Amino acid sequence: MYGFEALTFNIHSGYLEAIVRGHRSGLLTAADYNNLCQCETLDDIKMHLSATEYGPYLQNEPSPLHTTTIVEKCTLKLVDEYKHMLSQATEPLSTFLQYITYGHMIDNVVLIVTGTLHERDVHELLEKCHPLGMFDSIATLAVAQNMRELYRLVLVDTPLAPYFSECITSEDLDDMNIEIMRNTLYKAYLEDFYDFCQKLGGATAEIMSDLLAFEADRRAVNITINSIGTELTRDDRRKLYSNFGLLYPYGHEELAVCEDIDQVRGVMEKYPPYQTIFAKLSYGESQMLDKAFYEEEVKRLCLAFEQQFHYGVFFAYMRLREQEIRNLMWVSECVAQNQKSRVHDSVVFIF
Amino acid sequence: MSSPTMDLLRSEPMQLAQLIIPMESAHRTISYLGDLGLFQFKDLNTEKSPFQRTYAAQIKRCGEMARKLRFLKDQMTKAGFSPSSRCSFDTRVTLDELEVKLGELEEELIEVNANSDKLQRSHNELLEYKLVLQKAGEFFHSAQSIAAAQNHEFEANVMGEVSIDSPLLLEQEMSVDPSKQVKLGFVSGLVAREKSMAFERILFRATRGNVFLKQVAVEDPVIDPLSGDKIEKNVFVIFYSGERARMKVTKICDAFGANRYPFTDDIAKQYQTISEVSGKLSELKTTIDVGQLQRSNLLRTISFEFEQWNLLVKKEKSIYHILNMLSFDVTKKCLVGEGWCPISATDQIKNTLQQASLDSNSLVGAIFQVLQTEESPPTHFRTNKFTSAFQEIVDAYGVAKYQEANPGVFTIVTFPFLFAVMFGDWGHGLCLFLATLYFILREKKLSHQKLGDIMEMAFGGRYVIMMMALFSIYTGLIYNEFFSVPFELFGRSAYDCRDSSCRDASTVGLIKVRGTYPFGVDPKWHGTRSELPFLNSLKMKMSILLGIAQMNLGIVLSYFNAKFFGNDINIWYQFVPQIIFLNSLFGYLSLLIIVKWCSGSQADLYHVMIYMFLSPTADLGDNQLFFGQKYLQILLLLFALVAVPWMLFPKPLLLKKQHQERHRGQAYRPLYSTEDSFELEIQSDLHGHEEFEFSEVFVHQFIHTIEFVLGAVSNTASYLRLWALSLAHSELSSVFYDKVLLLAWGFNNVIILIIGIIVFICATVGVLLLMETLSAFLHALRLHWVEFQSKFYEGDGYKFYPFSFASLSEDEE
Repeated sequence: MYGFEALTFNIHSGYLEAIVRGHRSGLLTAADYNNLCQCETLDDIKMHLSATEYGPYLQNEPSPLHTTTIVEKCTLKLVDEYKHMLSQATEPLSTFLQYITYGHMIDNVVLIVTGTLHERDVHELLEKCHPLGMFDSIATLAVAQNMRELYRLVLVDTPLAPYFSECITSEDLDDMNIEIMRNTLYKAYLEDFYDFCQKLGGATAEIMSDLLAFEADRRAVNITINSIGTELTRDDRRKLYSNFGLLYPYGHEELAVCEDIDQVRGVMEKYPPYQTIFAKLSYGESQMLDKAFYEEEVKRLCLAFEQQFHYGVFFAYMRLREQEIRNLMWVSECVAQNQKSRVHDSVVFIF
Repeated sequence: MSSPTMDLLRSEPMQLAQLIIPMESAHRTISYLGDLGLFQFKDLNTEKSPFQRTYAAQIKRCGEMARKLRFLKDQMTKAGFSPSSRCSFDTRVTLDELEVKLGELEEELIEVNANSDKLQRSHNELLEYKLVLQKAGEFFHSAQSIAAAQNHEFEANVMGEVSIDSPLLLEQEMSVDPSKQVKLGFVSGLVAREKSMAFERILFRATRGNVFLKQVAVEDPVIDPLSGDKIEKNVFVIFYSGERARMKVTKICDAFGANRYPFTDDIAKQYQTISEVSGKLSELKTTIDVGQLQRSNLLRTISFEFEQWNLLVKKEKSIYHILNMLSFDVTKKCLVGEGWCPISATDQIKNTLQQASLDSNSLVGAIFQVLQTEESPPTHFRTNKFTSAFQEIVDAYGVAKYQEANPGVFTIVTFPFLFAVMFGDWGHGLCLFLATLYFILREKKLSHQKLGDIMEMAFGGRYVIMMMALFSIYTGLIYNEFFSVPFELFGRSAYDCRDSSCRDASTVGLIKVRGTYPFGVDPKWHGTRSELPFLNSLKMKMSILLGIAQMNLGIVLSYFNAKFFGNDINIWYQFVPQIIFLNSLFGYLSLLIIVKWCSGSQADLYHVMIYMFLSPTADLGDNQLFFGQKYLQILLLLFALVAVPWMLFPKPLLLKKQHQERHRGQAYRPLYSTEDSFELEIQSDLHGHEEFEFSEVFVHQFIHTIEFVLGAVSNTASYLRLWALSLAHSELSSVFYDKVLLLAWGFNNVIILIIGIIVFICATVGVLLLMETLSAFLHALRLHWVEFQSKFYEGDGYKFYPFSFASLSEDEE
């Protein structure tokens, strides 16, 4: 199969690849961000965005805007584009596209379950869910009292069901359990997605394995940092790492025993691709790590567009757009709260 | 208004002008200029982002108003009103008034909508409630009657002998102590039908099967109170036992958006509630109707003035956009704008400026002054509805450079003519003419309508198609083709059979009995064995003659261009060798063709042309057409050989020399005073950009020369498409005529004849009139773009887009 994508790829996926590349060229550029950063009010942001592809989504919004409206409308655009692509896609691309949304599904499940635990209103929670990760019976999640019920009642009908095999316990849900559940699910999801891409073969496998490996490694680092100082045992921590990626398996062994951020740093600096990320940080600092990782991710996602005839572009586009929406949210928040000096703290330029 | 004499060959002379407008009259001035529509503003604030510009706030205001107008329009279309185009009363509203008015209207509408939504929701809720009462009532009723029947049966059994079928424990079951009986709770409501399966499944799972669910489909779709959509729904009743189950059931109901309604199993109470609900429903209905009436009255009044408001807002927005392109002068009291306008419009613009400052009672008038610039002005042709389509054909290739010779003028005739050479059939031409006549006669009506994509294109090019049709009638008459049937329109054929039996007509041939057929091809040629060789030879030679003529026209136009721009190098080292090269080879061929036609010689022209290159000194023998032909050929060949290096070398060398001279002059120059040196700096800035790279210029010229030399051969060959397509067209039409129409005729059967005629009409319309028209059109397009325009046309200009309100209303979707 490898090397022959060019022969047959366009039969089924040529149109969508063209579409997604077209969408990609609609991403905001550095010049756009510069202009956005100079905005004084949210109306200015709206005015600037109305000249971009977001225009039609924002033009009918009445004037006192809120950050949430902007983000909501921008997400709506992404969702519309995704739905259009999904409806046009044939197998195996449609499965691939669906895989992209599972991450959001996991997040939504966790959000609802946590929310119900803290006795929030279900409808309020539903509004906060990412629209890409919605499924039919999501609202019913609120009924469940423990993992087993969660699985048996609701999730058995969703694509997430197979990922649950590892975390069915009868324990009652609490914050810690939920967080472990999220990471276990995510691990299973990433591994499944990875296997699926390997099965597709060709350039898709090559590019997606790189992107997913980065994702897995980033999660491993985050899990490690977040679990420092909690009651999570080393073995449990080790279990949450995905079984692939650059850090697998030796890096995982070392990460599992880390006790503070500098030890993590020591482990990561052994891996050349991550050296540059950590080189930017001063010792003992973990605040800017997220941004550094995002920057690295965006770089890799952009590189995915350099090659043709593979599905990685769809994944990359969705991720880039999400990053863009995160950027817009940050800029809008900064503008709304008059914190313009902090605009550049978290904006990741895409081009 | 005096128009220049050659206004289509050369684009309008333009000037860069500066407007200095006092702040107080700026808005009115721009508005008047928009009405005039002859001034293209340049953006002087490119470095500023949209919201940093002066009038960003006003644009935002206009955007907000446009949003409100869209909201109103949305409401109007939902209520079924279309904005009436008749502006009944021309009351001048200002923007501020309109803003207030729109705000009020929007608020009022939103309030009315919210009220009616609330009412509508409770109305729908009641409707659902009524449904639940009815359906669940039926269910309870039937359940009770079944239970009663069972009871009855049981009692009967007890009375009589105990049958073997009756369950042994029945007695016990039925006679449980009522105090120990578990009280079953129940919930009733409506759930969307598509969700009902999942609903049931989840209920089952959540309570481990300890519920009893009864669903009944509601026949008609129900309006959901929350979303207001029409959905198909099921009425359900769920029986459960225990408090925890109740919690779960209600939660699941909420999660599925199932609306629950209270229900009693007491029949008397049921009837009471049903009648209560019905009473409330009719009350609500009247309230809602009154509200709707009020709303539609409001919308109707809006719809009368909507178009006017919409136009006003659009105009204002475009005015502020233009104002944003202007920059402030030093004192901040005036706005300075720059832009292009036709020189002929200077007076009009000045008058407009004066009028504007008068009307706004401004103390100072606006100043109009012409600027000197090195920039290339935009290209503007004054076209009318007839010429614009032809100009579009040229513009599609590239917009003419400022004041360059415009091929559009010649295209008006040559384009339809070349088309017609390929499409020569006066029957088909007539059909095409009638079709386009429809467009032209109903022009006024159709131009306001929205047509389909393809119709729009055909309508836009109606005058092109009309010209094409007229020319194909003309060439069709020359070819003597009418759906491939020959006619003796211009007298009798010159040929006739040798004897009355006409037996040897197809073997020995015909004899000439009369003078030559006066116009076009003799009809007797049709269907003869020698028809094709004769027509092919004729059309091939004709194509070459037409091609050479058109290419020569192109080269001559390059002379006019060079002369107009004062470029002597191009005249002497490009135009002259080019015309010599083309004519010494292919011009000579054309000459030979004409001589052969006139003299009736049997000479083989291929042979002559090929041996002119291979052995120019050899004797021509039978192929000699005129005296001294051999020496003329040698001379022409020499000319052609000389013309190639003549094209190639001098131009780049001379350009280099010119450039060096210009720079030598700059190296030694007297010192100027400070003011002058400032000007000079600007000048040298402008010159500084054109760096001279000899190798680049030479390679460019090399490519140009090769292209021309090879192009002379290939372009001439390319014109043979005229013959090829014309052959294809006539052959196709004769196939349809002979093999369909005549064949069907031969059967002497009405039905077959009708089928034959239908097939013939479909084939003629589908293949000959639509597809052939398209293909001939495209080939004619190619001949113009490539073979003709490559000889002289640069096409690297940009169009003149004046700021105009007229184009504003056209933009609207």
